[in-house]
Amino acid sequence: MSDQPLLQVRGLSKRFALRRSVSEWVHHQSGDEHLAVHNVSFELARGEILGLAGGSGSGKTTLARMIIRLIEPDAGEIILEGQNVRAAGGKELREMRRRMQMVFQDPFSSLNPRLSVGSAILEAGRVHHQPGSDDGDAFVARLLGLVRLSPTLASRHPRELSGGQRQRVAIARALAVGPEILIADEAVSALDVSIQTQLLNLILDLRDELGLAVLFVAHQLSVIAEVADRVAVMHLGEIVEIGPVAEVFHSPKAEYTRSLLAAHPRPFALADAPEEVNIRETH
Amino acid sequence: MTEPLLRIEDLRIGFTHRGGTTNVVRGVSLEVGPGESVGLVGESGSGKSLSCRSIIRLMPARAEIRARRVEFEGRDVLALTDAQLRAHRSHNVGMIFQDPFGCFDPTKRVGEQVAETLRVNAGMDRAAAHSRTLELLDGVNIDRPEQRYRSYPHELSGGMRQRVMIAMAISANPKLLIADEPTTALDVTTQAQILDLIQELRRQSGMAVLLVSHDFGVIAQACDRVVVMYGGYVVEAGPVGEVCARPQHPYTRALLESIPNLESAGHRVRREGIPGQPPNPAELTTGCPFVDRCRLVQPECANVDMSLIAVAEQHVTACPFVNEHRSAVTLKGSS
Repeated sequence: MSDQPLLQVRGLSKRFALRRSVSEWVHHQSGDEHLAVHNVSFELARGEILGLAGGSGSGKTTLARMIIRLIEPDAGEIILEGQNVRAAGGKELREMRRRMQMVFQDPFSSLNPRLSVGSAILEAGRVHHQPGSDDGDAFVARLLGLVRLSPTLASRHPRELSGGQRQRVAIARALAVGPEILIADEAVSALDVSIQTQLLNLILDLRDELGLAVLFVAHQLSVIAEVADRVAVMHLGEIVEIGPVAEVFHSPKAEYTRSLLAAHPRPFALADAPEEVNIRETH
Repeated sequence: MTEPLLRIEDLRIGFTHRGGTTNVVRGVSLEVGPGESVGLVGESGSGKSLSCRSIIRLMPARAEIRARRVEFEGRDVLALTDAQLRAHRSHNVGMIFQDPFGCFDPTKRVGEQVAETLRVNAGMDRAAAHSRTLELLDGVNIDRPEQRYRSYPHELSGGMRQRVMIAMAISANPKLLIADEPTTALDVTTQAQILDLIQELRRQSGMAVLLVSHDFGVIAQACDRVVVMYGGYVVEAGPVGEVCARPQHPYTRALLESIPNLESAGHRVRREGIPGQPPNPAELTTGCPFVDRCRLVQPECANVDMSLIAVAEQHVTACPFVNEHRSAVTLKGSS
């Protein structure tokens, strides 16, 4: 069983109907359709970070949302450790959603502004009967510790936090239900560079500490290069290339990947003496 | 030396409220020469947007500007009357923003909005404005301009809206184009196209560009010179290649080290990043605003006056301990 991937996605597709014109409506014809995701397959292993790259409108967010069935797929299979996510309902689906948690770009819109940080985290834990959630303070302190926040922040409200802190709280709340997969949809895109680095390091730490698998959706290739083990590049609803990040970014096979890489700004291409600003390998 | 197009000296912008004044921009000096392309880089709250908006006095209510000078072609921008300010905004300076959607009237066709600008600012009649608009749309690489002329803002993609916005901003042949995070909302392919377009227009018309961005990569690609802001101060300025290769201020250095890089794909690297949070302008006092996050902090940092020190030709920094840093870097490099 252990060689089975944690998550398997096979042939997933989704089309959205565009608005029908008046004549189509009168004649009961269906309107044009937009193929958002077409026949996408990939696997995610336990403890793996898979980057999902692509331009706007490439279908990466639709794909991420279909996996936890925030959007119902039209076709295809989603298998979470041998169990069919699409066939699940009620209690079973709830349990699957507990195991796959999502973090969004804008934590403001996903945190209740009237709940303190501590209550938001505790509520999530209690709803899913997480071990330790009967002792509120200790539970909240443990989760805030996981995202490197001080337990004194528990009484604060979302608006009192900085952007980076809010995103950490959103991650802590996702972790409160004990997930095995974290789906991060542009979770660091809106943050300043210095704060972005902190969040990327946190995601790497969480993978190491909790064995978390991460589906990391981002439009910035360089951010994916920093955290991901493998990367899938999407274009017009399809995965055009998937493989280890080093391989895909250093010798891209697909034309689209090459054009994305070529368009990416490279601040160090100009630096004639780059050794002083080179990144350091970790000890 | 030719007279700079824009000269800002000791610009300070504060917000007055019941508790007193919060200074967000705390003494910024900046020059843009004719035809030059200058990048203004900094994190949120660094004061970069406010600083560039002072050039056309596009200020939020309650903001108070004080400056030794804000001069455009030798004329004091802060002393302009309302009528002069309108002329300054319509003829001298064009500005584009991050979100072009917010700058268009959603109920009017985009072509008509560009044409209206021409009628009001350049006094053109309808027919002339219409044909000039088509030329402008063509000039920003919009294909089928006649058809796009009749589109509503929501019918255009983000990149296309940004192009129309640029067409509108350059319609009066401004001498300076201010671009405030023009590509932040766009994906990389579109971003590269928009940056190329701005460069192309600059070459054609000789206008200067002041590009504001939080992304060093964008600045490096599009600018000759870069000005780095932090906590309301300019902490470093110089030619882009020089600043990227030999950053002097510890903030610039840490910022450059934080930038995610495609080259790290496959390496198990972990960047140090910058610990802590950008400062809250309300809590800043005297001295260097970077003290709490600086790796090379010294006791004297609480008292430095943030005046700029030359380290090379055209390359200045506000950190007085640059020489010590340089030896620290050499040590680190040799170990």
